[in-house]
Amino acid sequence: MARIHKTVTGDGFLAKQPTNKTLLDIHRRMVRIRHFEERAGKLMEDGKIPGALHLYVGQEAVAAGVMVHLTAEDQITSTHRGHGHLIAKGGDFDRMYAELFGRSTGYCKGKGGSMHISNMDLGMLGANGIVGGGPPIAMGAAFANKFRKSKHVAVAFFGDGASNEGSFHEAANMASLYKLPAIFVCENNGYGEYTAQANHQAVVDVADRAAGYGMPGVIVDGMDAVAVYEAAGEAIARARKGQGPTLLECKTYRFYDHVGVRGMGLNYRTDDEVKKWMKRDPIKLFEARLAEQKVLSKKQAEAVHAEVLAEIEAAVAFAEQSPMPDVASLLDDVYSTAG
Amino acid sequence: MSAVASETKTRQLPYVVAITEGVREVLKEQANAFVAGEDVAGAGSVYGYYRGLLDEFGADRIYDTPISEKGIIGLGVGAAAAGLRPVLDIMFMDFIGECMDEIANQMAKMRFMFGGSATLPITVLTMAGAGANLAAQHSQSLEAWLAHLPGLKVVMPATPYDAKGLIIAAARDDNPVFVVLNKMSLAMMGDVPEGPYEVPIGKANVVRTGKNYTIVTLGRMLGQALDAAKQLAELGIDAEVIDARSVQPFDTEAVIKSVEKTHRAMVVHEAVRFGGFGAEIAAQIQEHAFDYLDAPVARVGAPFSPVPFSPALEKVYVPNAERIVVVAREQLGI
Repeated sequence: MARIHKTVTGDGFLAKQPTNKTLLDIHRRMVRIRHFEERAGKLMEDGKIPGALHLYVGQEAVAAGVMVHLTAEDQITSTHRGHGHLIAKGGDFDRMYAELFGRSTGYCKGKGGSMHISNMDLGMLGANGIVGGGPPIAMGAAFANKFRKSKHVAVAFFGDGASNEGSFHEAANMASLYKLPAIFVCENNGYGEYTAQANHQAVVDVADRAAGYGMPGVIVDGMDAVAVYEAAGEAIARARKGQGPTLLECKTYRFYDHVGVRGMGLNYRTDDEVKKWMKRDPIKLFEARLAEQKVLSKKQAEAVHAEVLAEIEAAVAFAEQSPMPDVASLLDDVYSTAG
Repeated sequence: MSAVASETKTRQLPYVVAITEGVREVLKEQANAFVAGEDVAGAGSVYGYYRGLLDEFGADRIYDTPISEKGIIGLGVGAAAAGLRPVLDIMFMDFIGECMDEIANQMAKMRFMFGGSATLPITVLTMAGAGANLAAQHSQSLEAWLAHLPGLKVVMPATPYDAKGLIIAAARDDNPVFVVLNKMSLAMMGDVPEGPYEVPIGKANVVRTGKNYTIVTLGRMLGQALDAAKQLAELGIDAEVIDARSVQPFDTEAVIKSVEKTHRAMVVHEAVRFGGFGAEIAAQIQEHAFDYLDAPVARVGAPFSPVPFSPALEKVYVPNAERIVVVAREQLGI
């Protein structure tokens, strides 16, 4: 099969431009992710949130641009950097912060935490502590959609690092073989944990790997929400029509460290590189575009930020006031006792 | 044994056909069930136990997969999370190494990690067992690997009756259940009722009652233990033989009840003895019945080596009735 491989620029050549309502929806999802993560990072550094957080700051355009096409019946699998995916899928701040705080009111009753945050009702089949854990599960969900003859799709989010795991390759092969309604969204942020892409894979474009599985590979500017929206829209439409999976590579960057916030002064990447990418902050780029198109003024954008920040304050308070899980619940849900 | 309606006909069938009948009942009674694995559809599996099911149920219910064990288990986990009831086939149990992340970190833990919101009704059939000269990578009994993982259930049918009944019970269970089959049992004949029936998971089967010795067996070792019991009877040992049937959950109660009566116990499994599931059973016995014991619990299992190829070596590697008798005599000083 010929290599299908194109670069999407967000100029609208693939699909019709999103409506203003959709643009505002994408914007709000991105802002929600950004502020949730900023606050979560601070809470972790202050020692209020236990354990490790992998923050999604910098990559918001990917989650928002993809998820705006999906309903709760469409499934996704996420990564250890998964808060953004759940927020974009409709996650509730109260229950998300509660989970990060390890409280019984969290989405996972405090059993999962950041790396396993999930909500089955929203079709969010889990963040995943295992790099490459998600793609086979998304492939299985896509299989269920096809088995039921539904039009729902399953999206696997994963990174450039995960694209070296055998699990990704097995999932990609089977999804293509069975023509499953799956979309493999690679968030190439240039690093597998602390190792630069050039030091962990010989290809520059993960999308090249699509050719090996007989599916289209598309490269998109992952800092451009409209570009992601267009490319994801095409891949999802293709999947819904029964034409099989697509590998969509979004070139993006995480502003903060692999774990936690501290993004500068580490040896594995230069401060100049981080600053260069921060100049292409996906939210700032998108807001400039929305202002230019007179979809959202600067003042209106500020109001969105303020609303989200207020919601976050309330959610953090909810989480902090929520009870810890009862010790007696430790052994609950190891097994289903039904059936 | 589970009650079977009186009009139900019972036939003598080989273990391999009992497997087929179990899977057939599952596909008949559960519209959301499907089979996926290597060579399962067109070929009916390398051992033939899915033969005929493709014609009977069609290509929407039974799928040949690539040789991709991560993909097979991942397919099952995702499909189950989305509401289906997958029956997966891992051709040889040795191959679970290829998909241990999907088993140990995804399948076993998803429900717990998600606070109980995910339900994974997955059945995995897999073939264990040494004795067929298939060497180190096609002969292992790795049930202890799985039994160590909270979230999984593991059963080991020793007879044709149990093979069918445990497959049906596994598929009706809302948890991931591994059905560990044994390739050396495929030709074994036994009574198998027509139609659906369940062998309950987590309940041991007292196959032979006895007064003064307890032998607990896993899987195919049941037959060896029954042979050994006959030989021990000539030495004045009246052995009770308990087929665990299920290693996770394990029926500790049944074993303790027996040991309280017999005061002496042995555990027999085909897997490597060191760190095998028998060590757990022995520990359970001493925790719960120490005061009843007249002798240390004996263990019979494979030596601490990979399964050898040469028939001359494999013959001494796999535990059998003779070894059970030798170990019992040492243990009891007779």
